[in-house]
Amino acid sequence: MKFIDKDTVKHVALLSRLRLDDKELDAYSSQLASILSYIDKLNELDTTNVQPTSHAIATLKNVYRKDVPRRSLSPEEALKNAPAREGDLFKVPQVIEGK
Amino acid sequence: MNYETVIGLEVHLQLSTKTKAFCGCSTAFGQRPNSQTCPVCLGFPGSLPVLNEEAFYYSIKVALALNCKIQDLIKFDRKNYYYPDLPKNFQISQYDMPLSYDGFVDITAKDKTRKRITVKRVHLEEDAGKLMHPAGESYSLVDYNRAGMPLLEIVTDPDLNSPYEAYDYLVRLKSILEYLKVSDCDMEKGSLRCDANISVRKAKEKVLGTKVELKNMNTFKGVRAALEYEAKRQVSCVKDGEKIVQETRLWDVERQVTVPMRSKEEAKDYRYFPEPDLVPFVVDKAIIDKARDSLPELPEARADRFRESYGLSEYDSNVLTGQVDIAEYFEKCAKLYNNPKTAANWVMGDIMAWLNEKNVSIMEMKMTAGSLADLLKMIDNGTLSGKMAKDVLSEAMETGKAPQDIVKDKGLSQISDEAQIEEVVKRVIALEAKTVIDYKAGKKAALAFLVGRVMKDTKGKANPSVVNAILIKNLGQ
Amino acid sequence: MDKLHSYTAHALMKMIDKEALDPSTIRSDVLDRIERLDGKIKAFVLVNRPDTSAPASGKQDTSGRLSGIPVLIKDNICVKDEYTTCSSRILEGFRPPYDATVVKKLRCEGAVLIGKANMDEFAFGSSCETSCYGPTRNPWALDRIPGGSSGGSAAAVAGDCTIMALGSDTGGSIRQPASLCGVVGLKPTYGRVSRYGLIAFASSLDQIGPITKDVEDSALLLGVIAGHDEMDSTSVDMPVPDYTKALVKDVKGLSIGVPKEYFVKGLDKDVEECVRGAIEKLKGLGARIVGISLPHTEYAVSAYYIIGPAEASSNLARFDGVQYAFRDRDSRDLIDMYIKTRSKGFGNEAKRRILLGTYCLSSGYYDAYYLKALKVRTRIKEDFDKAFGSCDVIITPTSPTPAFRIGEKSGDPLGMYLSDVYTIPANLAGLPAISIPCGFSKEGLPIGLQILGRHFGEETIFRTAYTFEQNTDFHRKRPAL
Repeated sequence: MKFIDKDTVKHVALLSRLRLDDKELDAYSSQLASILSYIDKLNELDTTNVQPTSHAIATLKNVYRKDVPRRSLSPEEALKNAPAREGDLFKVPQVIEGK
Repeated sequence: MNYETVIGLEVHLQLSTKTKAFCGCSTAFGQRPNSQTCPVCLGFPGSLPVLNEEAFYYSIKVALALNCKIQDLIKFDRKNYYYPDLPKNFQISQYDMPLSYDGFVDITAKDKTRKRITVKRVHLEEDAGKLMHPAGESYSLVDYNRAGMPLLEIVTDPDLNSPYEAYDYLVRLKSILEYLKVSDCDMEKGSLRCDANISVRKAKEKVLGTKVELKNMNTFKGVRAALEYEAKRQVSCVKDGEKIVQETRLWDVERQVTVPMRSKEEAKDYRYFPEPDLVPFVVDKAIIDKARDSLPELPEARADRFRESYGLSEYDSNVLTGQVDIAEYFEKCAKLYNNPKTAANWVMGDIMAWLNEKNVSIMEMKMTAGSLADLLKMIDNGTLSGKMAKDVLSEAMETGKAPQDIVKDKGLSQISDEAQIEEVVKRVIALEAKTVIDYKAGKKAALAFLVGRVMKDTKGKANPSVVNAILIKNLGQ
Repeated sequence: MDKLHSYTAHALMKMIDKEALDPSTIRSDVLDRIERLDGKIKAFVLVNRPDTSAPASGKQDTSGRLSGIPVLIKDNICVKDEYTTCSSRILEGFRPPYDATVVKKLRCEGAVLIGKANMDEFAFGSSCETSCYGPTRNPWALDRIPGGSSGGSAAAVAGDCTIMALGSDTGGSIRQPASLCGVVGLKPTYGRVSRYGLIAFASSLDQIGPITKDVEDSALLLGVIAGHDEMDSTSVDMPVPDYTKALVKDVKGLSIGVPKEYFVKGLDKDVEECVRGAIEKLKGLGARIVGISLPHTEYAVSAYYIIGPAEASSNLARFDGVQYAFRDRDSRDLIDMYIKTRSKGFGNEAKRRILLGTYCLSSGYYDAYYLKALKVRTRIKEDFDKAFGSCDVIITPTSPTPAFRIGEKSGDPLGMYLSDVYTIPANLAGLPAISIPCGFSKEGLPIGLQILGRHFGEETIFRTAYTFEQNTDFHRKRPAL
């Protein structure tokens, strides 16, 4: 049974901002197919009326912080690791097309 | 063939909490770039969000003010997409269980009837940073001060049927939001933004036409103009047999047209899933009651009260209650001065005109409501003529000086003393013999001329009605 | 005093208390050992040597619970201004401007941050082979894996190259390497330890935990790092007990559940023998053994390999060259930069998981995969809730096999995933679990015993583990290096 085809993998790669060459595309497609085939096991279970568990500790609710300002990083600290900067701003290659 | 326009509006409102939605960075406007950031709002590895209680509370207030139902259990979701102004390349937002839903705002349709616009949802999310494109350069610059600011997204059903209605909706929505004091509501500062969805269809057609998303409208008038243009464009396309492309278009305010956004938009797959770093929030009756109790009297209710308690017309009530600051100013004045209609006229007339001209808000204007009351009392007791009062008003609004002081300094007291006025009247009658003859011959305009001469002689200070009476008495001989 | 590196923290603390030991000598002894042995083990990606140019500052402050004790930090935990890379090229050069909360706590107690430990890239792995720096070796057999993803932390503790270490556990990444290296590794209850500063893999599954030479050290270190953190919404606001008080050598009246689903085909014979032997031992010491069933065990790996990668694909989206670390310099424009940076920066396993996770969340597949997995997770949790109705702790093997050879499974991702079968359920259910040494394979490789407890039941786990440990001498065994 085919669980995932190369076009889908290519599309998923784009969504993830990854580029795969042909060799990689082949390799990942078959690996993902075998993993998904194993995962398909889950369909043996009828979970029609089961609530999903997103949080392991279900009793934890309503966690807030107060609206009181805390010390921010200085621009120097914020930009310390920046691969490129101009003054106090992060610099990136241009976005070719408008958002 | 009549075409119907179908419009839905999406408003993003920046909440005026002191700190951001998920971290303790300050929300102050206009600071040095990247000086209000931290590992959380920068999305540095290892950082985690914690919800700002005040932002949550403000959201509930807005939802209640817009008559929405509130979810019992609220969760946040991740909206995943890549963009440099989005530090984590996902936005913490709400997807399938928004904080509130099914509310409404009543507007006035073009035919003056009342129309209910459904507010489909109001939900809380975080804002992105600011991306700047220096002209002519091959790079872009990012400031993350705005990243993580709390935003409310307010979405209507496609219930609006004209640009006029859209404009009215926005004005009323802003009015309500300002009353709540949860946001600056300032489109220029970007604390209120609006996108629109618009489609057209033949009148009476049930199926909706292809919708186009409009962005980049920076004022309410801009929204109306953009919708007007786009509606015409779409009708024209349909008439020509062209298909409307489902796309996003930008409003070009210089050329007053909408243009397609040049982007290869990949099919938007945001891969929403529940935010695992935030726990769910139970909204119990206590929170809702507290929020509801803290709601101020909202514009519509206030307008009703103004009509009843102050006996003002519907129009006057609506104008005065449209902006919360104006309403509050008026009420302060009305407490100190017993003729609300007069006070209303001055506020809606000279004062609001001056505010518009100077482009300031009534809060920034220096004349207090108490001073206005004093001024109006001085007119009533004859100290000032109506015309003189306007001059005093002008100065008071500029300088904040008390009207009594202005009158004293400028020696502006109105002359009502009859003997004093009679002296002047006699002198004028003696000098203007020809006009007197005209008056006696039945020319009414002559009287006005003579009144004018007396006023000029007294440098405008004589009480005009007293002048009138004394002239007539003296001319009658 | 020589051989300080071979002591436990609690033994060293006693000596410091008695003023029989200058804490700074512990550090120098450990650094010597690292110098001599880490070339072979390769557990460290960063070693912190003290600044020898600074004059000695006089009497040290010994008031902290870990004064002078070297603690090795897994390289996915942020240490302010120190390279923190998750053993990934994409985080090359990154120095966080802040400490993880657990690191702050360690500093407060006087611990010495001895360095950063190698790991599987972004914690994706069970063998420490996906690290961009190359694999760490198992001190018991240098041609074998130490386990993963906290392989560096476990190997360093086993090799006495650090006194204690911190690891992180998402599907077994503390327990499995602890088991394969013959040391003690604890995954606390979800929410017991703050995740602020832990570079996230799967937010709803990750926990930081101690890797130590014995159970007492584990209790000591957990007591330091545990506690509510206002910076972590998922951390629980519950008081931290004194875990060392739970260290009693007595299991009378304790009931131990043994799930039948964990003793099936695929379990190595030596592992089964050691674990069953351990259960018998505990029975002999007064515990009551109860047969239990965790019927949804066979679905745990599938559910995990949807939830984990899904959350990871989103958590790793931020690595794009914009704000920090590696950025491809050859790009024409922004999208090109994203793609080249991520394609060059991530290793194969990271890419595989990102692709898998993105797929499971994508339009049209969310219900069939992610939502389905969350529902199965509920069933797995319910299995445990029911089981803990008839027992206090549950005992299982930690890993189905002892350490395999480096390279043996790297061509078989699915095979690698299946080796997490015993550890994954605890993460899905948020339960605490410990791995302690319980024997050796015929080839002399360590075998671990896993003890699971109820939510916030670490004390019962410690009691059980301590009793077993103190009635055997596996914890005293060291590899010949």
